[in-house]
Amino acid sequence: MGDEVILLNLWLSPYGMRVRIALEIKGIKYENREEDLSNKSPLLLQMNPVHKKIPVLIHNGKSICESLIAVEYIDDVWNDKSPLLPSDPYQRSQAKFWANYVDTKLYEIALRFWRTEGEEKEAAREEFLECLKLLEEQLGDKPYFGGNNLGFVDIALVPLFCYFYTLNLYGNFIKEEQYPRIISWAKRCTQNDNVSKSFPEEQKFKESISQTRTNLNKE
Amino acid sequence: MADEVILLDFWPSPFGMRVRIALTEKGIKYEYREEDLRNKSPTFLQMNPVHKKIPVLIHNDKPICESLIAVQYIDEIWNKKNPLLPSDPYQRSQARFWADYADKKIYDLGRKIWTSKGEEREGAKKEFIEVLKLFEEQLGDKVYFGGDNLGFVDIALVPFSTWFKALEIFGTLNVESECPKIISWANRCVQKESVSKSLPDQNKVFEFIADVKKKSGVE
Repeated sequence: MGDEVILLNLWLSPYGMRVRIALEIKGIKYENREEDLSNKSPLLLQMNPVHKKIPVLIHNGKSICESLIAVEYIDDVWNDKSPLLPSDPYQRSQAKFWANYVDTKLYEIALRFWRTEGEEKEAAREEFLECLKLLEEQLGDKPYFGGNNLGFVDIALVPLFCYFYTLNLYGNFIKEEQYPRIISWAKRCTQNDNVSKSFPEEQKFKESISQTRTNLNKE
Repeated sequence: MADEVILLDFWPSPFGMRVRIALTEKGIKYEYREEDLRNKSPTFLQMNPVHKKIPVLIHNDKPICESLIAVQYIDEIWNKKNPLLPSDPYQRSQARFWADYADKKIYDLGRKIWTSKGEEREGAKKEFIEVLKLFEEQLGDKVYFGGDNLGFVDIALVPFSTWFKALEIFGTLNVESECPKIISWANRCVQKESVSKSLPDQNKVFEFIADVKKKSGVE
């Protein structure tokens, strides 16, 4: 019996992107279904009644919600190739720790940076750069956090950097000479097919972000 | 070579309790070390430099931080008895989802209930009850969330039962009348040695919370 894999998603969601990257790495055929969050489909409400959010991975009719839980599920089920998590329990715990760090710190700070102005924005920027220092240390000389291949932490983090890359925030926000490893990691990731396939089309993305900015400024 | 297992902890922490329960369920000998959070030890700061929080599980000198990550690590290493997570990948993803849900909701809502007043408190109470009701639905007719034995979700959730007295006195929230199934589930859990040995007396926790409230100047 063939697997039926559906992803309820929103094209510019970094969380949805994580799941897409995992599916691409594993070579899993899936149907990407775009949700209108102002008019959520009955399927979304049925499949994620608790949070009513995307992404939702649906595998043979059963839903898995929360992006990193879905990525771990994908790794568990399609375990014959391209492991996303290390096999050693200690290494696995460390990968989960850093993915959790990315989730609870980086994304939250990035959002704050995005949505605020003046002092608050500056404070968020400083905090973000502190976090980056830690990640730069963690990465070390490895090509990816996962070693020679994209792993769990890479998948958790890379959508955020795709955002920065597309929005040309690197120059101002993250200076290459201060974070050389992270910058080269980000470039390496964006050149990875599985990542670039999962990222929204650049022009459409830029237009949408500038529209969101305009709308935010109007509020 | 014998395993050396140390737990850096703080007695009223529900997160610390989770790790204690997991270690006891597995019959692991460990050294419990009480940390003074106002005067953090050098070992502590070295073992969790990122978050500087307890609990920290130290296994043969290697630290594992974040309670649910530590519990999963324990389950993977000491995998011969009392599995804490299901073996089926889908069931495992669901256990992770509900433990994550407890993490996202219970602590913050609970704290809000005893630190806020008026409308804010009422709002938090309402949400708290909704969350517990969702857990009741999930439990269904099972003895534990893990089925016939304590599982990941039980371990994630049951430490918060030590807050019920504080919620009643400070929040006028009677969990028993609103969510009787949760109370009977919690009572069943406490019958288990791993839980009763790991959870402090509810009255002591209540006094601790009362003290915190007084010191932070909240009425």
